[in-house]
Amino acid sequence: MDEKKKVILRLENICQSYVVQNGVKDAVENVSLEIYDNEFLVILGPGHCGKTVLMNMIAGLEKPVGGKIFLDGEEIHGSDRRIGMVFQSMNLMPWRTVMGNVEFGLELAGVKKAERRAVAQKYIDLVGLTGFENSYPHELSGGMKQRVGIARAYTNNPQILLMDEPFGALDAQTRYAMEEEVLRIWEQEKRTIIFVTNNIEEAVYLADRIVLLSNCPATVKQVYDLSGLPKPRNMTDPAFLKIRSEVSANTDLAL
Amino acid sequence: MNETTNAMTNEQRVKLVQDQKRKLTYQSAMLSVAGILGFLLLWEFLAVSGVIESKKLSDVLQVFRLFILKFVDKKPDGAILPVHIWSSLEVALCGFGLAVLVGIPLGWLMGWYRGFDSFMRPIFEIIRPIPPVSWIPLTIVWLGVGLRAKAFIVFFAAFVPCLINSYTGIRQTKEVLKNVGKTCGASYFTVFWKVGIPSSMTMTFAGIKVAIGNAWATLVAAEMLASSSGLGYMILMGRSYGRVDLVMMGILVIGILGVVISALINLLENVVLGWKKL
Repeated sequence: MDEKKKVILRLENICQSYVVQNGVKDAVENVSLEIYDNEFLVILGPGHCGKTVLMNMIAGLEKPVGGKIFLDGEEIHGSDRRIGMVFQSMNLMPWRTVMGNVEFGLELAGVKKAERRAVAQKYIDLVGLTGFENSYPHELSGGMKQRVGIARAYTNNPQILLMDEPFGALDAQTRYAMEEEVLRIWEQEKRTIIFVTNNIEEAVYLADRIVLLSNCPATVKQVYDLSGLPKPRNMTDPAFLKIRSEVSANTDLAL
Repeated sequence: MNETTNAMTNEQRVKLVQDQKRKLTYQSAMLSVAGILGFLLLWEFLAVSGVIESKKLSDVLQVFRLFILKFVDKKPDGAILPVHIWSSLEVALCGFGLAVLVGIPLGWLMGWYRGFDSFMRPIFEIIRPIPPVSWIPLTIVWLGVGLRAKAFIVFFAAFVPCLINSYTGIRQTKEVLKNVGKTCGASYFTVFWKVGIPSSMTMTFAGIKVAIGNAWATLVAAEMLASSSGLGYMILMGRSYGRVDLVMMGILVIGILGVVISALINLLENVVLGWKKL
């Protein structure tokens, strides 16, 4: 693509390390990235390579040891309402209904009840959970729970949505269905999405660009531009399979 | 097998399932009643047959008759039964209520704020293993033998489980739920209020139940040592006068009141933790 793309999020030499029993363990090393407005970026890496750590730093849940994060050109420190997050499984409050979970962010922001109900309802409808507003999380299937998580993140109206292996705990069929869903939702409500996964097929199916991370400590190994491959993609298409095996050959094995 | 299986309508199916459930409920209710009746029969048999002499075990009817009589008769301990019950309940509710009001918030705060935990924990760890009844002598010196003294002892008995459970409960708040709050831009206190406290409720209620049991047990002990009214005092008087029936009636009343209080707490729990049942 020739048109100039607007950079919305910029990571500059992000490093993260932890003190462990015998010394210091590096989790993320000098990761620099530019993320464009409204793109679907997939961060792909082997298990336990520091993907989640990277997400948590962007979400402001932990402070990087080194490096800077810029949102819309200004440096950010800590959590920011402009960055929302869809977490891994088991992330709903079991004591709140679907509606209660989805409107949680707005409730914290002090939005009036009628208003936040309306916004929450819009996104509950968007993720296809109309009619389940008063159900509790334990009455929902795994896929439905993740839909609630997506609706909750959208309700805060963030510019950037982080999705940290949201479908990792789902069975294969539901996972395929949810991958389609997340693309449909993204087409309807365009946001910048940073999607973390360790599943190569999922990455190639969803991404405009794939950032491939190395084994721990995570560094950027390669960036693939997939914008030439039209969506929705067919997982048995030769072009799809070619990229898939290309990425696959380049991916480090997790220990 | 049921020959209507193939042709069963939805209504029939619903009815069948409901009937099965009703039958199970009925069966377990009948078994519970049979258990109580069996216990009473065994007791009556032991008392009437003379296996245990009547000086040591009164029979059921005698205890029941005394229970009715004690609503008007002040003898031999100087007060009618409702007065004793009210005296005990008053102490239990004061001490227990105070323990809930102080212990649970304290546990929440200690469980949530590390600094506060480090500050409070040593003191709490010293208070924790002290048996509540060992406060009795000091309490008599400080507060005499009235309501306040007994409530103070009950407070200590109920305070510890309230605190430990709300503390443990809030410590078990899932990290991911805290993070949900944080990414919504909430302050640490807001996350405490909106996420920590609700997610600790299951444990907190378990603590309240332990606490009411402790409170009730300690109350009777306190009344036997430092009191001039209450169910514990009534039992003690029964022993002094050699009235086994009075002692047994007192014990039964204490047991039944305990059941009633537990039922009330369960009712409250169903309201607060109603989402679990659905």
